[in-house]
Amino acid sequence: MTDVKSEVFQGTLDLMVLKTLEVLGPLHGYGIARRIEQLSDQLLRLNEGTVYASLLRLAQKGWIRSEWGTSENNRRARFYSISNAGRRQLAREAQNWERFSGVIGKILQMQAGG
Amino acid sequence: MLTAMRVFASRLLGSFRRQHFDAGSEEEFQSHLHMLADRFVSQGMTKAEALRAAKQQFGGVAQIEEELRDRSSLALLEALWQDLSYGLRVLRKSPGFAAIAVLTLALGIGANTALFSVVNGVLLNPLPYPHPDKLVTVTSFEPQYGEGSISYPDLQDWVRDNRTLSSLAGYRSFQSFNLIGQTDAQRFSAVNVSASFFPTLGVTPVLGRNFSPAEDQLNAPPAVILSGGFWKTKFGSSPDIVGKTLNLDGKDYTVVGVLPQNFYFCCINFQLGDLYVPLGAAQQPWMRDRKVHTGIYAVGRIKDGVTLAQARSDMDRVARNLAATYPEADKGVGAAVTPVKEEMVKDIQPFLLVLLAAVGFVLLIACVNVANLLLARSTGRAREFAIRAALGASQGRVVRQLLTESVLLSLVGGGLGLLLAFWGTTAGLSILPSTLPRANDVGIDSHVLLFTLIISLLAGALFGLAPALKTSHPDLHETLKEGGRGGSGVRYRTQNIFVIVEMALAVVLLVGAGLTIRTLMHLWSVNPGLDPHNVLGFEVGFPPVPPNTSANALRARVRQLTDKIASVPGLTAVSVDNWRLPMTGADDLPFTIEGQPKPADENSSPDAIWYIAGPGYLNVMKIPLLRGRFLGPQDDANSPGVCVIDEDFARKYFGNQDPIGKRIDPTLTIKEPLEIVGIVGHVKQFGLDESGINASYPQFYTSNFQLPDDILTASESSAGYVVRTQGPPDAFTGAIRGAVHAFNSKAVFYEPETMDSVISDSLASRRFAMILLAIFAGLALVLASIGIYGVISYIAGQRTHEIGIRIALGAQRRDILKIVLGHGTRLALIGVAVGLAASAGLTRLMSKILFGVSSLDPLTFICVAVVLTLVALAACYVPARRAMKVDPMVALRYE
Repeated sequence: MTDVKSEVFQGTLDLMVLKTLEVLGPLHGYGIARRIEQLSDQLLRLNEGTVYASLLRLAQKGWIRSEWGTSENNRRARFYSISNAGRRQLAREAQNWERFSGVIGKILQMQAGG
Repeated sequence: MLTAMRVFASRLLGSFRRQHFDAGSEEEFQSHLHMLADRFVSQGMTKAEALRAAKQQFGGVAQIEEELRDRSSLALLEALWQDLSYGLRVLRKSPGFAAIAVLTLALGIGANTALFSVVNGVLLNPLPYPHPDKLVTVTSFEPQYGEGSISYPDLQDWVRDNRTLSSLAGYRSFQSFNLIGQTDAQRFSAVNVSASFFPTLGVTPVLGRNFSPAEDQLNAPPAVILSGGFWKTKFGSSPDIVGKTLNLDGKDYTVVGVLPQNFYFCCINFQLGDLYVPLGAAQQPWMRDRKVHTGIYAVGRIKDGVTLAQARSDMDRVARNLAATYPEADKGVGAAVTPVKEEMVKDIQPFLLVLLAAVGFVLLIACVNVANLLLARSTGRAREFAIRAALGASQGRVVRQLLTESVLLSLVGGGLGLLLAFWGTTAGLSILPSTLPRANDVGIDSHVLLFTLIISLLAGALFGLAPALKTSHPDLHETLKEGGRGGSGVRYRTQNIFVIVEMALAVVLLVGAGLTIRTLMHLWSVNPGLDPHNVLGFEVGFPPVPPNTSANALRARVRQLTDKIASVPGLTAVSVDNWRLPMTGADDLPFTIEGQPKPADENSSPDAIWYIAGPGYLNVMKIPLLRGRFLGPQDDANSPGVCVIDEDFARKYFGNQDPIGKRIDPTLTIKEPLEIVGIVGHVKQFGLDESGINASYPQFYTSNFQLPDDILTASESSAGYVVRTQGPPDAFTGAIRGAVHAFNSKAVFYEPETMDSVISDSLASRRFAMILLAIFAGLALVLASIGIYGVISYIAGQRTHEIGIRIALGAQRRDILKIVLGHGTRLALIGVAVGLAASAGLTRLMSKILFGVSSLDPLTFICVAVVLTLVALAACYVPARRAMKVDPMVALRYE
């Protein structure tokens, strides 16, 4: 299991949350947690509370906004949505991530003598 | 950057308006938990199971909340506030501890602030002139003698030929005038200055104008600029003074301007005057002689865009050209260019830097002491921190709390220290007047405040960090189990090291103070070559005489006045002394020796310090007569010229020959050869600490009554006298003043000065350093003994239990005393050893301010070691006795 406390994970989690909000539109913390759980095929187990730390970080940077609303099963919940700055950031980060994972991939595929 | 600012702003906002920006609120969490639980219920769990599972999957609500709180507000600011109020509460609960810590720090920080305010005023602050960094002094420079005064023709050529100075102005202090009033006369000090002097400094008269170049010429109509103080006391600040005339030495001077009250300049041989008159108008014939250097110095301003090095090489070029043009006068005479600020402080700088280092050590000791106190206290608080850690406080948080408390202490200490510093410098500067150049610039300004704040914070961090780190690593388990008794050897080790460090620091300071004290003691025991006790020097200013008064009439006047003064009861000897008191200022006269080959040019001719004296001089000064006779009353204008030389003169110029009967020819000034009639002892003209070439600089004496007519006439307006008194000389000034007045009601008695004060003034900056170093060392001694006392009592207290067991098992009380005392002694001895080693390295840095004492003076080192060890033993004795008296029953039951 991934170490939830590492800085790398924080950044990754922020990226996942941002992407989730971009794709699914306004969503509450519970919904975000579900989506990440679902997408990661249970590989990534996280304390769902940490999602809120991520949301706070993103909100402080101005990349997401929030407003109170009512959930599908009638509970009061705060809905988060991505801002324009957030979309730009996401595009940047996604690019970085792809470049980075590409490099890692190449390195990992290296073979002796190759 | 922008993002960072936004984060900061939102955090700032968050710390004030929490509810508006509260991602992850309680309600939000609850809602999340319920949704999660609903899901588990729909998967078949019971409600209770579902809730438990939801909580597990969510993670600790409290922890998340804590984390979010840290984030959502300015965590630091808020925690700081929390820590502060908590710290204040803690400190209030132990007022004794807080008071001792704050006081210790106040002493340390106060001493540093006080000294820094001096260093700041004297060394760091810019001078009070526009673009002060462009101001330089320009002096003549001869490799053999160093910096010296300039001849007036040279100065004029320097002004004309240089290309790097926007202006260059000469000055000549220590002049004076009789101001003739309606009924009486008064004496006022004056300075000759070039017309460009005040413009060079950037000083504008508050009234009237500066001198014009036309006034700065020989035979120009006499003009005078008044100092602000003179204008105020003499003329009540009358605004219509400009254009009026003053009768100075019988000549009418027109007042052209008044200087600002706060005008201040202090540089080589510049002394503020009551009056300023143009230098170029000075009548003396030697003013036109390129070979005569009598007291003229110069200050200049470097042109914009020109560096100091360029100015120096430019002045070098000018001086070399002059040496080529006038080899007989200027060969070997260079021009030295020095920034004014450097020139002003160069004598005091080494003292201040040593003092600054010393006072830094005092603060270090204070910090170590407080760190020790904190450490001792933190043992008591170990349980508190263990509990907090167990409840989830991070290590960083605990360190922060402890640091906040220590910084709180140091800030309060710093505030108090600022007050101490303010009082200390005010009192100190009034006790030690005129020792310090720029003493007026010393005060508490924003730099000093900033300095105090920074050292307070640094000190707080310094003494807080060690205990904080120590305490924040507790072995939770052990501490809680042990019931707070603490007492691991490691903690003692830190305290032991602290004690050793402060002992060592105290040793260094005591050694430094000891060395300066030894230097002064040594200097006081140096024989100046004369007996300075009960000697009074003073000057008498005469009213103007008719223009064609004969030189013999002037000689008769001096002789009559000598007799008149001698009639004052209680004076055992009186002599005229046309120059200033010995050891205050000197004139140097070149001469040739008859029968010895003539030197190639003036500059390589022998020279010596020239004293003008009357027959009674030797009895006044009690200079030993070694051979022959001294100047007598029979040596007058009608008898052959004679002189008396000192032992160094004899040794240097005559070696094994007998100088008596030989003749020297001071060609320049005295136009006839003088026969040597006696040899006297050497006077330490350059101060008790004279050394190097100055230590054996030859001296000779001629009679005032054999001075050539032209010299006598040129200096007829005043005469110097020295008298030996029975008892304190100050008691005689009234009677002497009366005698002078009785002699001539318009004669002025002025500038009385005792020879003792001349000598004591010459040691003033050393005494200043000694007093402060002694204060700092005393402070260090007290702090260090408090430190060792505190640690030994603390450790003994912690060991009460152990001691109780030992006693119960049959240990003798004496053994207990030995254990505790032995511990203290061991620490003290190690500290002393480390300190001595450090001193051996550090005192070399202060060799500049030592004299006659090696920086490794064994006596000082041994005394300091003994004193400090004894003091440490005494400090340990109290807790040792207390430990000895431990009642085993009480000690054992106590746990």
